[in-house]
Amino acid sequence: MSMPVMPPDPSLGLGLSAGLTSVPAAEAPPAEAALPPGKPRSAFVRGLEVFVENKLAVTGVAIIVAMLLFCFVGPLLYYGDTTVVDFAHETLPPGAGHPLGTDQNGQDVLARLMTSGQISLEVGIAAALLATVIGMLWGAVAGYFGGVLDAVMMRIVDAALSIPVLFLALVIVTIVTPTEPVLIGVIAVTSWLTTSRLVRGEALSLRTREYVQAMKVMGGGSARAVLRHIAPNAIGTIMVNVSFQVADAIALVVALGYLGLGIRPPQEDWGAMLSSGVQYVADGYWWLIIPAGACIVIVITAFIWIGEGLRDAVEVRLQRR
Amino acid sequence: MALFIVRRLLQAIVVLLLVTMITFALLRAIPGNVAAAVMGPNVYRDPAAIKLFDQTYGFDKPWYSQYLLWLGHIAQGNLGYSWNLNQSVSSLLGQRIPKDLVLVGFAIILAVLIAVPIGMLQAVRRNKAVDHFFNGFSTVFYAMPSFLLGLLLILVFAIKFPVFPAEAPQGETLGVIFSNFNAMILPIATLTLITVALFSRYMRSSVLDNLTEDYVRTAKAKGASERRILFRHVLRNSLIPIATLLGLSLPGVFSGALITESVFNYPGMGLLFFQQAQKQDYPTLLGVVIVVALATVVGSLLADIAYAVLDPRVRYTS
Repeated sequence: MSMPVMPPDPSLGLGLSAGLTSVPAAEAPPAEAALPPGKPRSAFVRGLEVFVENKLAVTGVAIIVAMLLFCFVGPLLYYGDTTVVDFAHETLPPGAGHPLGTDQNGQDVLARLMTSGQISLEVGIAAALLATVIGMLWGAVAGYFGGVLDAVMMRIVDAALSIPVLFLALVIVTIVTPTEPVLIGVIAVTSWLTTSRLVRGEALSLRTREYVQAMKVMGGGSARAVLRHIAPNAIGTIMVNVSFQVADAIALVVALGYLGLGIRPPQEDWGAMLSSGVQYVADGYWWLIIPAGACIVIVITAFIWIGEGLRDAVEVRLQRR
Repeated sequence: MALFIVRRLLQAIVVLLLVTMITFALLRAIPGNVAAAVMGPNVYRDPAAIKLFDQTYGFDKPWYSQYLLWLGHIAQGNLGYSWNLNQSVSSLLGQRIPKDLVLVGFAIILAVLIAVPIGMLQAVRRNKAVDHFFNGFSTVFYAMPSFLLGLLLILVFAIKFPVFPAEAPQGETLGVIFSNFNAMILPIATLTLITVALFSRYMRSSVLDNLTEDYVRTAKAKGASERRILFRHVLRNSLIPIATLLGLSLPGVFSGALITESVFNYPGMGLLFFQQAQKQDYPTLLGVVIVVALATVVGSLLADIAYAVLDPRVRYTS
């Protein structure tokens, strides 16, 4: 019996989180300490040392791991009904039974925080990765080859960049129903432009550097120049950019959610959660906005810290040799 | 150099044309019945009304002739007529643009004035207390969505301690806004804080990059003073990416402005765009996008010229 083609798996985020959580494990310091003395260490290991030394970056990784566990494993351990409306228990302050209180529909805020977080994280991370791949290829090709191709490709980027991302995304989601894959697509399609400009800038500057020139004189081709010399030297910019892209993508998901144009109810993200709590804030129901707001700030901050750590790690001049 | 500037100007025009194409194509490519969006779902009972609407606004023609028709109108300065607000798009924009000049203009100028010294100070005192302090500051404000920041500012400065109004000035003219400038403080503060966070991070990175360059060592070896190295060499080189960033950041700032305007109910272009996007008011949406894109293209043009002037390593093939 042949399997039918499955629609995109809604648990996509679980796979992503598994991939992410495995990263810090591979980064455990003992592995490098075990290296025989005198053996030349690779740029990767040297970079890793700098990254691990950066306390904020390590904290960032820890926060993201904790947040992924909270959002994806949390619901397995903590049960709160997020489907039934229960006006008898609406806007209860934090206390026994409801650690973070209940919202205007009598639903448990902690449980909602977990399920909403799944959407925010899944969409943010997936969209950022997709955007980075698109932007990287576009920018490297344009910057390296230059000339007419560069001109045409970068004019398209300039044009699209001149339209604010939020404006573009807004128009699309007011007309197309924003399901999760649609939202990922919309954010990726509107966010790859900065990456492509950064990578193109790197390529433009790198291709005039002496070692690339020297390689060309020795008969090296374009593919070798891009893959062996330009890409590795631009990889730092790209990696740093990825983590900032995730931060920005989450900010965009949340902004769309706040404007009421994100994932449609009953699903929601942190932005929508915050938005529905706003009208009750003057009544002093702080638990309707502070937890979601704090989650957003913490996650974005963590990705920024990781980005900073990566930036230090790939910066050869900061590495001990 | 003059040749380069002329070429860049021509490119800018091409970019603007591409913007109109992308926006127009996007609006037309997305499914949805415009007549129904404008006149309400009841219009489906009256096919003749839909037909009349389509004929009046050219929806019965192929998309390319719609585009050319619209482009021709734009070239004559006619941005069309809003389908919902019973007003021409140019008069709508005429009311809204000055308001964004106040909000966005103040925010950007303040942000640059604050961010450049902070970024430089952080880089020079790398990993010292002052660096960590401003790093924390900029990270939190970068990470904080503008609506959350706006809400918190309202909570603290308008509800808890009623120093400033929670709502931005509501008026048709700039006079109203300036006579009630107290109400502009919170919106401008929101947008400025978020922009400072962005700019100061880039400035810090840029200065750090430059501090490890060979020319700094050379200058040190020559016996140049710390002050001279920083202000004569490093500052100038570090401002190069900032110049690019300023041009590139305009759309981002406008995105922030859209949110800020919706939080404070400030009747700028962002709020107009947000409200009309839900009603599929294409002429208004196109008008706003063109104005924002024009501002960005000009900003980007200036940044690129600055780039070529400041960094001879970036060789443009002529």
